[in-house]
This record gives sequence, C-alpha cells and structure tokens, in this order.
Amino acid sequence: MSGQRSIVICGGAFAGLALALALRQGLGADIPVIVADPALATRPSRDPRATAIVAACRRLFEVLGVWDQVAGQAQPILDMVVTDSKLEDATRPVFLTFAGNVEPGEPFAHMVENRHLIDALVARVEAAGIDLRATAVTSFESRSDGVDVTLADGSVIEASLLVAADGARSRLRERAGIATHGWDYDQSGIVVTVGHERDHHGRAEEHFLPAGPFAILPLTGNRSSLVWTEKRAEAARIVALSEEEFHGELEQRFGLHLGEIKTLDKPRAFPLGYFVARSFIGERLALVGDAAHVIHPIAGQGLNMGLKDVAALAEVIVDAARLGIDLGQADVLDRYQRWRRFDTMAMGLATNSLNLLFSNESTLLRTVRDIGLGLVDRAPPLKSLFIRQAAGLSGEVPRLLKGEAL
Amino acid sequence: MIETLEPKSAKSNIDDAEVARFRAIAAEWWDPHGKFRPLHQIGPVRLEFIRDELIRHFGLKSGLKPFAGLRLLDIGCGGGLISEPLTRLGGSVTGIDPGAENVAIARAHAEPQGLAIDYRAVTAEDLVAAGEQFDAVVCLEVVEHVPDVGAFLKTCAALVRPGGLMVLSTINRTLKSYALAIVAAEYVLGWLPRGTHQWDRFVMPDEMARYLANAGMSAPRFSGMVYAPLRDEWKLTPDTDVNYLASSARPV
Repeated sequence: MSGQRSIVICGGAFAGLALALALRQGLGADIPVIVADPALATRPSRDPRATAIVAACRRLFEVLGVWDQVAGQAQPILDMVVTDSKLEDATRPVFLTFAGNVEPGEPFAHMVENRHLIDALVARVEAAGIDLRATAVTSFESRSDGVDVTLADGSVIEASLLVAADGARSRLRERAGIATHGWDYDQSGIVVTVGHERDHHGRAEEHFLPAGPFAILPLTGNRSSLVWTEKRAEAARIVALSEEEFHGELEQRFGLHLGEIKTLDKPRAFPLGYFVARSFIGERLALVGDAAHVIHPIAGQGLNMGLKDVAALAEVIVDAARLGIDLGQADVLDRYQRWRRFDTMAMGLATNSLNLLFSNESTLLRTVRDIGLGLVDRAPPLKSLFIRQAAGLSGEVPRLLKGEAL
Repeated sequence: MIETLEPKSAKSNIDDAEVARFRAIAAEWWDPHGKFRPLHQIGPVRLEFIRDELIRHFGLKSGLKPFAGLRLLDIGCGGGLISEPLTRLGGSVTGIDPGAENVAIARAHAEPQGLAIDYRAVTAEDLVAAGEQFDAVVCLEVVEHVPDVGAFLKTCAALVRPGGLMVLSTINRTLKSYALAIVAAEYVLGWLPRGTHQWDRFVMPDEMARYLANAGMSAPRFSGMVYAPLRDEWKLTPDTDVNYLASSARPV
C-alpha cells in the first residue's frame, strides 16, 4: 500500500511528456504516471514549427535526459539583433544587439524543431516505462479525496490528480468550468522554414515591421525559421499566394543579407491570441502549458512558460509526496497556483505591451521605443537583466530549471 | 505489520449514521481553506522537521517511504493531519487523542484511502500503563495546552523506546509570541478562535530542555518555524522566538 494513487496526465505534447518524466524521476515507479493522448498513435511527429528553448528549459531537458538526443539538431542563438524599420527602408537601423550568454559558454537559447523534441521526449518516456495510452480522457469525476478518470477505451483510473496538458482549447479546462480571460490580437503568425545561401552564424533577428514583429530564428544548416506577424486577413492572403508571389513578399522583408533564399516547407498561419485561465487548478485538477495560458509569441516565451509550469508542478508534487502529503490535495495545488499564476499574468501583460508598442506605425511611438531600445543597448546591467529574464532565470526558479534534479 | 489492538469486530458496533456524521466533520478537518487552515498551513514544515530528524537519528534512507519498519506514535492526533502523512511515509502509526470524536473523525478519513492507522481514544498515560513503547513519538501543538508540562513530558518519554526519538512542537513564551500567536493570530487575523492559547502556558526552549532532561531525554535540537507572508507559507528558521520544534533522543 503506497497511500498515494496515480497521476493521470491528459495530453502528450511538450508539457505533458516533460511532466511525466519529471514525476517519474522524482517519485520513482511506485506512484503510477499515465499519459493519455490519441495523438500518441501518430509518430513520428510532423509539427513544422521550431521553438527557442531558453537556457532554463534546456537545463530542465538535460536533467530529464532528453537534451542529449536533440543537441545535434539544436542551433545555439549566439547573438540577436533587434531593428525597427518601415517596410520600404533600404537599411534597418540596429537598436539592440545581444551577445547572448547567461553564463560563459551557455547561450541564452537554442532553436529546436518541435518534431525532434517531441520524438526525443516520447522515446525517453517509453524508456522510463511510463504508461502511455493513445486514447482520450472522456470524463472525470473529482471529489475531495480523489478523482476518477474515464478514458475513451472505457477504462477508469482512480487517481490522486488529473493534469490538463491538453492545449489551448483544453477540454478538461472547459469541463471543469474554468473560464479564461484574454483577447484576440487580430494577428496571425506566418511560420515557414527558409533555406539560405550564407551562414547565419547563430544570429537571431527580430525586425519590428509595421504589421508586427518579423523574426528570423537560426536553425542548423543554412536554414532559419520565420515567424512573421501580419493582420489576420493579410496573413491569410499571404499564405494563399502562389509560390512565386510568396517569395516576392518574403524577400522584401527578409532582405538579401544571407544570399539567395528559398522556402523549404509550406507557409502556415497561426492565429495569435492571449489568455490566462482564471484558475490554474480545480478540485484534484491542475492546468499546465497552453491549457493554462497562451501568450503573444513576440518574446518567444510561450513554450518556456509551459515548461516553467511543469517544473513548478513537478516540484510541489514531489515535495508533498516526500512529506507523505496526499499529492493532489487542495493546499498542494494552491502552492502551484501561487507560484505560477502571477508570473504568467506578468509575462502576458509584458508581451502584450511589447506588441502594442511595436505593432504600430505612429511616429511618436516609434521614437519612444527607439530611444528606449537604444538606452537598453547602452546599459550593460539592464541588458544582462533582460537576457536573464528572457532565459527564464529570474524570479523564484524551480529546481529543474536550475538544472537540479528533484 | 503491527497488530491493531482494537478488535476488528468493534467496527461493526458503530452506528452508520454516526459514521456519516463523522465523515462530514472529517471533511471540515481536512479542508485546507476551512477552520483548521492554520494546522494545514504548518503541516508541511512540521513534517519536514519530523522527517529530517527521524532520517538523521535512525540513519534512514530518504525517498517516499523512509519510515518503513518504524513504529510511530502521534499524541494528540486530532483529525489525523499528521498520522496520515507519517503512514504514507511508511510508518506503522498509532494515533491517540482523548476526544473519542476526534478519533472517529480521523478513522473516517483514513479508512476510505486504505490507510491502516491504529487510532485510539486513549491518553498517553493509558499507553504507559499498558507498557507500550514506540520507535518515535511525535507530540505536536500539545504541551502548551497541558497544565503540568514536566509530568506530561515524563509520560511521553516513557513511551519512547531506549534509543528512540521524540519530536515536539509548541510556542515560546516571549513578547513576540504574545504579539503574534495571540494578538495577531486570534484577534487581528482571526486564524484561531479567541482563547485558543493562554500565553502563560507557553514553554520556553530552555524550560523544555530542562523538562526533557528531568525525563531522562537527551539535550534537544531546536528549530523555529516562521510564516513568510509573501509566499503565504511557513518555513523552518533558526529563530525560535515564536513557534518552534524540538527533537530529543532517549538514551539507550
């Protein structure tokens, strides 16, 4: 008799899989961890997007034994330039440069293609003997002392805790009656992978074009991942263009500094929005990742915030279990919520202000932001604070994000 | 396994309606936002001290079940807020409380979870009379309610086997404890019902050390516990001015 029942994680993407691994490491095999997601049946992953993994999250993946598998496909971001320009400007004044190390020899972020990361996580989860079910959670019934989780295959699991890691349109969140607060940006991010003639030397570029940020993020080989923000309707128009016409629009924004360019996959538009769940917890329920919050990708922090949830939730659960406390009881979940919700709101508001500040053609705003960026550029302590903030190393940092095992 | 002293058949004599009533009160005991919130709040930090002291004293292996093989006594178990975690940590736990209702509540909460805890409505003196001894005895937030602390600690010490450990928690008698534990907790913040504590019954660490020495126990190790308002959590601290914990071994 362990006295602790199982933990069911609904959702087998980054957050769900990383949480499963972290819990297995911290709790051992005596407390069963089950990951349920119909998408586990389709492998390998075909997700076309790439993500900047900040230093703190790279440390988490190192502790979980996943980083080794993706390190070969990870491109360190060695420096970063930020420019502010109109579309027709011939040259783009550089306002901010980051030579981005959080510690000597530790770049503040790496670009990794999502599919590599997902495949490495699944392989690691399987090797750890975690119970993966390629099926959906159809319903759950929570009481103060436990939760019964029903899966689409008809099985019922008596669990201590159910974790909703089922994405922005989380059905568990809806079923638990947890509302969200947020807004739509009427913007979409066009995502496409671009091959180029010359080496990017690990440089990330963010150009604040009138429609919004246009980010060029370096991938391995002579490739970059683009995140190109446009008004929703304009984005829809652009991704529907012929290959030739699309190339014209792309070249106008990308420039020729990396030589000839060509698109390597089909451009896709993802609508941008912001929301935070009104609560990150319910009775015997915890929300993590996109189920709890979605923020504007302007600062590249969405996934990293989800992994911060994972690190914090794993830590409060493991700490509780090591004190013999029922790991799904309300005060344990309260601690997770206190830790993450405020941080998430702050990041959501910060990225929203950045977007308002930069997706705008007002001359006054342009002058203000350029002076602001110029000042940051000339103040090394401020810049290093920004780098540490962007790398996820400020605030009260969960142990996994410091590279410590639970 | 340790046998339960109470015969199993005794349970069948309990009235179902009574059991239902105790379950309802148990839900209240166990609601971390309810009227026992202060006990829930100090729960993790008290358990941390108990766990770490037992691991250190007995040379146990840390993990999810460090107390496997240990026989533990929880004096003043109330609704079982400490007995249950001690059991999950692998201990064979006896929880005693003079209030028969408390014991019924604790039992009603533990049973549906399959936690085998030996709850008894008896006093520490009863167990001494029965000649029982345990590897470790915990007695939390009790001594400040006891008229004769010296005599009570002698009783507790008699329940610790030679080579075993006792863990206590209580409140110091200082101006700060008057301000925080009585004025703030009972009158300003309303964490505790008024009259929960009488300041003159609070025990200073050096008095505690003296009582323990008189009971034949070793010099105690102390740790303070303090509320961190920004995190809304309690944590261990060297400062023993208000709430503090002590562990003391019974020499072999």
